[in-house]
Amino acid sequence: MSKKLRAAIIGPGNIGTDLLMKASRSTLIEPYWMVGVIPSSPGLARAKSMGLKTTAEGVDGMVDFIEEDEIVFAFDATSAYVHAENSRKVNEKGVLMIDMTPAAIGPYCIPPVNLDEQVKSVAMNVNLVTCGGQATIPMVAAVSRVQEVAYGEIIATVSSKSIGVGTRQNIDEFTRTTASAVEKVGGARKGKAIIIINPAEPPLTMRDTIHCKTVDKPDKKAITESVHRMVAEVQKYVPGYKLKNGPVFDGNFVTTWMEVEGLGDFLPKYAGNLDIMTSAGLRIAEMFAERINAGEMVLKPVAAKA
Amino acid sequence: MDFTGKKVLLHDTSLRDGMHAKRHQITLEQMRQVAGGLDEAGVPLIEVTHGDGLGGESINYGFSAHRDVEYISAVTDVVKKARVSALLLPGIGTVDHLKEAVSCGIHMVRVATHCTEADVSQQHITFASEMNIEAVGFLMMAHMITPEGLLEQARLMESYGAKCVYCTDSAGHLLPHEVTEKITVLRQNLKAETEVGFHGHNNLGMAIANSLAAIEAGAVRIDGSVAGLGAGAGNTALEVLVAVLDRLGADHGTDLFKVMDVAEDLVVPLMDQPIRVDRDALALGWAGVYSSFLLFAKRAAVKYGVSSRDILVELGRRKTVGGQEDMIEDLAIDLARAKG
Repeated sequence: MSKKLRAAIIGPGNIGTDLLMKASRSTLIEPYWMVGVIPSSPGLARAKSMGLKTTAEGVDGMVDFIEEDEIVFAFDATSAYVHAENSRKVNEKGVLMIDMTPAAIGPYCIPPVNLDEQVKSVAMNVNLVTCGGQATIPMVAAVSRVQEVAYGEIIATVSSKSIGVGTRQNIDEFTRTTASAVEKVGGARKGKAIIIINPAEPPLTMRDTIHCKTVDKPDKKAITESVHRMVAEVQKYVPGYKLKNGPVFDGNFVTTWMEVEGLGDFLPKYAGNLDIMTSAGLRIAEMFAERINAGEMVLKPVAAKA
Repeated sequence: MDFTGKKVLLHDTSLRDGMHAKRHQITLEQMRQVAGGLDEAGVPLIEVTHGDGLGGESINYGFSAHRDVEYISAVTDVVKKARVSALLLPGIGTVDHLKEAVSCGIHMVRVATHCTEADVSQQHITFASEMNIEAVGFLMMAHMITPEGLLEQARLMESYGAKCVYCTDSAGHLLPHEVTEKITVLRQNLKAETEVGFHGHNNLGMAIANSLAAIEAGAVRIDGSVAGLGAGAGNTALEVLVAVLDRLGADHGTDLFKVMDVAEDLVVPLMDQPIRVDRDALALGWAGVYSSFLLFAKRAAVKYGVSSRDILVELGRRKTVGGQEDMIEDLAIDLARAKG
């Protein structure tokens, strides 16, 4: 029986709380701290009732306890604006930061595509790209690992209720970050991302369409097989990740249509876009935990920059 | 109805909405000719962009024959009096695209969101103000919201700095009395200095009637496309609107015969298909579906052997919004599978 490694969740909002519920079931991670900034936050109260230590003093209210509480991981579910500071503070104490904000100061991580790489390089800050990126980049990679992709384009459609103020105020950040990760992680030479917000009631389940243009004629059999294998990889941590249609081949264009349903822990099932973020975050921590428990990896404090 | 002396600002969208009907393949020369003709006719505002706005070039919406910056530069080079606008849909285009468009000489950006999602436009409207170009809010699929809901969203755009807010009938679904209700609520409650606009589609044959209802209720900016060149059954035909406004005595500043000639001599010849209320365009209007879905549904219907009308009606039932073109082929595959 391996030892559970302790984690702090920064940000007791919807995402942080959903992550807490998922992490509570983990055999490798023990959620130990919930960090907020508003004393009356219902998320802090909920975490406290679940036995976590809490603070409303932000990361400063927790950092002094990192050593004695043996905190190994921190999840940042706040905003891009405060992420860099949060990360610096916990990294100095040797805590690995899993960034669920769009700040992207660390390398992008899409678990089934490049988590092994991040684990090997002992990155002390890994970024989850965006919800659209988590849902679609595996499909771009499924094609690019078979043959070269000249262009990858993803369209993420999410329900209006599942998109928070932060994303709305800076929607460009979503399209830029996702497009960049379609290239860097997905392996397309050029990437493009589109997000559509739909207010229908009842809310629609997250939908994603992934187009790849291959350089040479697509190998239909190999790509189809690769797509199905990748779907199964994602389903290991997001069971509601479904290939709805495709891959459809049209000349050099390869298209897949996905639907992402969440587990419905704290967030509603339609919000697969949020669920895939919390699930991927936890998945990343668990993969690192396995390596740490096996003695194959040691996290070291990151020296403060002068 | 009497519009004597009433000021109406006409905005031609044939070189933007018309891009849908041309699968974004209008040539630079055609753009120059049409824009030059409209300018000569006195049309004060001309929109030039990919049909889905800046950054719209994609597999999802279609790649345009040229980049937006080339189209915009071609048009800003030829027009002498008209002001040129670009369309931007947050989630598709970004501030980066807008910066490029500004450097090509646009005077105005129209930031378009679904009618319930105005808050995604803050970044772009604010940026336009900083760049000293006029920002206009464009609330699409306005049939999907109550007049009060539309007002709430329009107020958001107004608060970000929009000088004008549009009630946009993207599906050509609205009827004149509904336009009257919506525009009236906007006009009575927005700041007096905020202008109200209306953008119509002719899917139910209501484009002119709706435009008149909008003007009567207080809208001062009205979109039209010369020869109707636009998505679905096309936009409000600009030359027809000009003729009607002439008869009503409105002050619109456009020369009817010149704009008629642009329609007949330049725009009709470049059409790939007649712009009319065909069976599918009528289905769009009736079911309340985004007009640019038309050609995508026709193509998917052929590819998968299903009915384009069935696709469009089902997309209406599912309450799809503008930009969800990717759902069309997906649905066609499902319908074909169900057919067996």
